[in-house]
Amino acid sequence: MRQDDLYINKIDWISIAIYSVLVIIGWINIYAAVYDEQSVKSIFDFSINSGKQLVWIGTAILLITVIMVADYRLFENLSLILYGFFIILLIITPFIGKEVNGQILSVGFGSFRIQPAEFAKFATALALARLMERSAFDLNQIKYQLQAIGVIMVPVILIMLQPDTGTAMVYFAFFIMLYREGMPQWYYAFGLSFIAITLLSLGIENNLYLAIGVGVIILILILLGKKKVSRIVSLVGIGILIVGYSYSIDLVVSKLPEHQQNRVMVLFNPNLDPLGVGWNVTQSKIAIGSGGFFGKGYLEGTQTKFDFVPEQHTDFIFCTLGEEFGWVGSLVVIVLFCALLIRLVILAERQKNRFSRIYGYCVISILLFHFMINIAMTIGLFPVVGIPLPFFSYGGSSLWSFTILLFIFIKLDSQRIQLLSRIG
Amino acid sequence: MNEQRPITIIVVIIVIGVVLLTKLFLIQVVDDSFLKKAESNAIQRVVDHPYRGLVYDRTGKILVYNYPIFDLMVIPREFQVGDTTRFCEIFKISKEYLIDTYNAARKYSSVKPSPLIKQISTTDFARIQDFLIDYPGLFVMTRSVRSYPQPSAANALGYIGEISSGQLERDSSQYYKQGDYVGLSGIEGFYENDLRGVKGVKYKLVNVRGVDKGSFKDGEFDTASVAGKNLVSTIDLELQQYGEMLMAGKRGSVVAIEPKTGEVLAMISAPTYDPNLLTGALFGNNYMELNRDESKPLFNRPIMAMYPPGSIFKIVQSLVGLQMGVLTPNTTYSCNRSLVACHNHPSPVNLFGAIRNSCNPYYHQAYRAMINREVSRNTFKDTELGLNTWRESVLKFGLGSPLGIDIKNEKGGSIPSSTVYDRKYGEGRWKYSTIYSLSIGQGEMLVTPLQMANLAAIFANKGYYYPPHMIKAIDGDSNKIPEEFRTRKNVGIDAHHFDLIQDAMAEAIYGTAARAAIPDITIAGKTGTAQNPQGEDHSVFIAFAPKENPQIAIAVYVENAGWGGRAAASTASLMIEKYIRREVKRLDLEEYVLVGKFM
Repeated sequence: MRQDDLYINKIDWISIAIYSVLVIIGWINIYAAVYDEQSVKSIFDFSINSGKQLVWIGTAILLITVIMVADYRLFENLSLILYGFFIILLIITPFIGKEVNGQILSVGFGSFRIQPAEFAKFATALALARLMERSAFDLNQIKYQLQAIGVIMVPVILIMLQPDTGTAMVYFAFFIMLYREGMPQWYYAFGLSFIAITLLSLGIENNLYLAIGVGVIILILILLGKKKVSRIVSLVGIGILIVGYSYSIDLVVSKLPEHQQNRVMVLFNPNLDPLGVGWNVTQSKIAIGSGGFFGKGYLEGTQTKFDFVPEQHTDFIFCTLGEEFGWVGSLVVIVLFCALLIRLVILAERQKNRFSRIYGYCVISILLFHFMINIAMTIGLFPVVGIPLPFFSYGGSSLWSFTILLFIFIKLDSQRIQLLSRIG
Repeated sequence: MNEQRPITIIVVIIVIGVVLLTKLFLIQVVDDSFLKKAESNAIQRVVDHPYRGLVYDRTGKILVYNYPIFDLMVIPREFQVGDTTRFCEIFKISKEYLIDTYNAARKYSSVKPSPLIKQISTTDFARIQDFLIDYPGLFVMTRSVRSYPQPSAANALGYIGEISSGQLERDSSQYYKQGDYVGLSGIEGFYENDLRGVKGVKYKLVNVRGVDKGSFKDGEFDTASVAGKNLVSTIDLELQQYGEMLMAGKRGSVVAIEPKTGEVLAMISAPTYDPNLLTGALFGNNYMELNRDESKPLFNRPIMAMYPPGSIFKIVQSLVGLQMGVLTPNTTYSCNRSLVACHNHPSPVNLFGAIRNSCNPYYHQAYRAMINREVSRNTFKDTELGLNTWRESVLKFGLGSPLGIDIKNEKGGSIPSSTVYDRKYGEGRWKYSTIYSLSIGQGEMLVTPLQMANLAAIFANKGYYYPPHMIKAIDGDSNKIPEEFRTRKNVGIDAHHFDLIQDAMAEAIYGTAARAAIPDITIAGKTGTAQNPQGEDHSVFIAFAPKENPQIAIAVYVENAGWGGRAAASTASLMIEKYIRREVKRLDLEEYVLVGKFM
């Protein structure tokens, strides 16, 4: 009995509370997104998405219960099996799955369908935690770096083949976890400059300007620093690499499939094609931007109501919030997400064993990435990639996978004492 | 080594949150362009076009009305046709037409309506109406076009057309939108603000496919359209049609005015056109054709053509002379043909005789007396002063500037002032011998047929006029017509001076225009000949009748028809008979005019 009391007390109710609030706000917004003034249906009506979402929420609660009563050792022990299972599922998805818009994303029977790519996230997280928990595992060594990256890249490659670039991209979020676990910092410095140069060379119409800019900076660096031959040579070499890269980027982009190419270019100029590829971003920005400070009021949004924004109950659910609840609504949701993420960092840091901490950071990585990219794309800060907003977006696979992802960590956290004693 | 990294991650989380919130603040709160875009996205402003006002003639006959035409619209996605052959039979179109039009419509939009058959008449519409229910995706859009049951008075009524970009820019009230129809000429143009009514507007919510999703805020901001005001014209349709018949095949103008009111009874511009040509879908083509027509049917001669007034101006000269005291009924001059040519008549003549015989030398000498008053010793200066004083008096007759009739584009003619001659000959370098042609209505002097008719009205009224106008009531209320048309204007000549003039004009009929005489109706008239350097002179005649109680004042111009006593006088006479008696008994004269061999 005493142990049970202890267990309940160890559950992090703050995270659960934030999770619940986000799920409820999401559900309310899904109703707003599908609301039709001319045929008003109850939010509980199972024929519309808000009613269906309620079913997903109900089943998610069941999943939570299962996770919370399960033996905490199960996740660690099952991690590799789960990882293997979902990898196999990803491999066979193209053969047994259902094709929608040229993508084969889901498997299942009848109306019960799941997207293996969503669930492979928590399986990969568990596998990474399992791989890296050994005390010998040191991310400063190439061997271990390659092991970790290997575990990440297998699902990435399989998902790219579906093809679902957006979801595949999410797996790169694990690099946030790797950062915490000691991946050398210069990797990130290099990676971020790499991204910056990529964006610059895409964003600047004429790469000549970029080349001139780089040249000027290199020249200044040469003039300011020591005038050693080796230093000058290496600086010039870096300059040539950057410029060469920026030209090759354009070449690569021109070789991309057209819809991806357009998605990239529209980021820099949504007016390029306001009715075509730019439509999503333009309409999404109009919906959110028209919300004003306090919003138009619940169920009063005209843009989301009348289908101007595509996929508004899934990937673009944030539009409904922005339009009907305005900046205040956006503020509340963004603060809730940040609070949850920071809370999870605190939880992860209080873990006494590596498995839990690594898994915790995997959760943080995935949630942060989804949260950032999803909202950024709705307001034109990032190209449109089809990834859902955690806990918010309509859909069973998405809600379940995020719930499982989060609650395994909450479960592990609640039993951190036992986990410590086991290792100790 | 890694202790700082959780802090870094927390900072990154916060930075991401702040960046997102900042960007959101910028687009949601700072930049309000998205709100406008959202409104133009989802709120569709549907303009409810009002019915344009109708125009009646003075006897209550309809001149202009709105004729409904129907466009059969198709929404390609909803359109279903089972038996194409039957469909084509019912709607009287060919299969090829159906397929082509449908494909074009689908190319434009599969959910927005496009016209399938344009401009269906009322009778055809009645026939197909019952079949529409069988074909989903079809509906009828009603439009109205201007229509004219009697193809008369085209130039006076004017036409409506799509607003030009220049007009749109000038429209400070922001009432008009691209594609709106406005009155462009004639009465349609002048009374645009009365005729157009007030547009209503409905705000509809539409979804992304343009499908109606109900009214915005339950129609709180919707306004109903207000129909345009009906106008009663001063035109006497019967007289107008009779005049148009007489003028058919000729070039020229007829303007008839009711002297007591200034109401224009008829305004004929020949050649004319059928106003129905400038309505509906064929406007563009027909307009181009009329515009190219060498006989200039679109040129509204009564108010736009300008001619030297010729002999008729001698009456104005007489009146000005009498008022100045330079002339008296007994002033006598000899018909000295060394000054200016004249025709055979007894000499010397007094004023009455001068008018009756239209004696050129008389006016040459009388005009010199009016101009050179010896106010200044310098004969040049004296002429300049004299001309300007004289001009003041003449301008009061409604000459030299537009009378302000309620039709657009009226010309004003010209009565020269000293500056005209200064510019032409140099200051102080011209004197009476330079300007003497003005004495007999020639030289640097131009009037419009409307101004001539107004002169006839002034003579009839013995010294006053109401500015001629085409509309006598707006919305059935005669007080709503513009103030200036109800304001009497005096020409500054004492009424008693007109007695001699009227007598002389009545007498002149028998001297110069015997054809114009009507049994039992005393006509006072004056012939004129407007010199035409390009060809035959224009035949001009003005008159009013009956002399005792004038009901009609008229000016007739027949171009290239020579002397005023024939073509113009005959036409005027027939018009007067038609108006006063409502029927014409002198069929031989009518025949003479209709045949039109005046030379």
